[in-house]
Amino acid sequence: MSALDDGFGGYLVLALIAALAHEPWRWAGLLVGRRIDAEGEVFQWVRAVSTALVAALVARLVLFPAGALDTVPIGIRVGAFACGLGFFLLAGRRVWAAVAFGATLLAAGKLLSG
Amino acid sequence: MSPPPTPEPGKSPAMAAPTWANSATRPQAFLRGFVVMVETPGLVLFASALGFGALARDSGFELGHALFLTAVFYALPGQVLLVDQFARGSAILAAAFAVSLTGIRLFPMTVTLIPLVRDDRSPRWLTLLVAHYVAVTAWVEAHRRLGPLPAHLRLCHFLGLGSALLCNTTAGTAFGFLLVGGVSAVVSAAFLFMTPLYFLTSLVATSRTAADRLAVLFGLALGPPLFLLLPGFDLLAAGVIGGTLAHRLGKHYQ
Repeated sequence: MSALDDGFGGYLVLALIAALAHEPWRWAGLLVGRRIDAEGEVFQWVRAVSTALVAALVARLVLFPAGALDTVPIGIRVGAFACGLGFFLLAGRRVWAAVAFGATLLAAGKLLSG
Repeated sequence: MSPPPTPEPGKSPAMAAPTWANSATRPQAFLRGFVVMVETPGLVLFASALGFGALARDSGFELGHALFLTAVFYALPGQVLLVDQFARGSAILAAAFAVSLTGIRLFPMTVTLIPLVRDDRSPRWLTLLVAHYVAVTAWVEAHRRLGPLPAHLRLCHFLGLGSALLCNTTAGTAFGFLLVGGVSAVVSAAFLFMTPLYFLTSLVATSRTAADRLAVLFGLALGPPLFLLLPGFDLLAAGVIGGTLAHRLGKHYQ
């Protein structure tokens, strides 16, 4: 924690990083988004790009996780993920049920594997 | 994964507008969005934020800084990365650069959201708030819900969604910071695991065209190798390559 000062200085650093490094992507999207047509070809393409990007993020979160998920063996992560997705596709496409099922399997797998 | 795309004109039949939308006012549309707080997306986001709150405390953040970071970033991957960088003692500029790379994905997501909520009656500054509310959970929900709604209700409905999700992620950060530190690694792992599963099942649930489904498949397949080849730029590369291929191939089904 060397780089972040206590109190006000810390807030200032976080606000500056957000305003200069993170939020400008949203502002740029706003400027471009105002000019494109929701039925048009460009919109359809950018939508496909966003979708593929989120799917890639999903794969990264499962295969190369940060934090406590890292302590679960990769086989259990992938297996629980596949079962959750399978449950979603086969059992009525209920998102909440699939999420609960997959997370429960992951916890059970982690407990059983020690 | 999903059933083979139907050969008929690209899109499956448009979803019908929910019955509440027939006579709703704009404040009612906002409230209908705000209810997401206690629905699956809100609860999953809350659970993910618990994991972030615990991580922030373990990394030596103060509670106030963790909550402020959540509010101004409103995007968990960037938050996790920044906390991690500070915990490793990275220079502020290096941390900001890494964070900026995680923010790139917000650009195409905002581009596709804005045309959905655009209307002539709302003040322009409100769209700045709309842009701030762009994050994966809100984006996925918006694409699921906004299309069938009458155009004049969409902006308010999205603001309701985004405001509620901001409450969820901030509350989750606070609870995680204060409580989850004492919870076992198994529970933390299960919480963190909900996010990718929620994202993917929602993407599949939301996909209407062949291009949507192909984009999901290509993104999943390209993500891991590109993470190893181009760390930092992996999501952008997977999005552009996978999305472009999906868009091209999807047109063949039409």
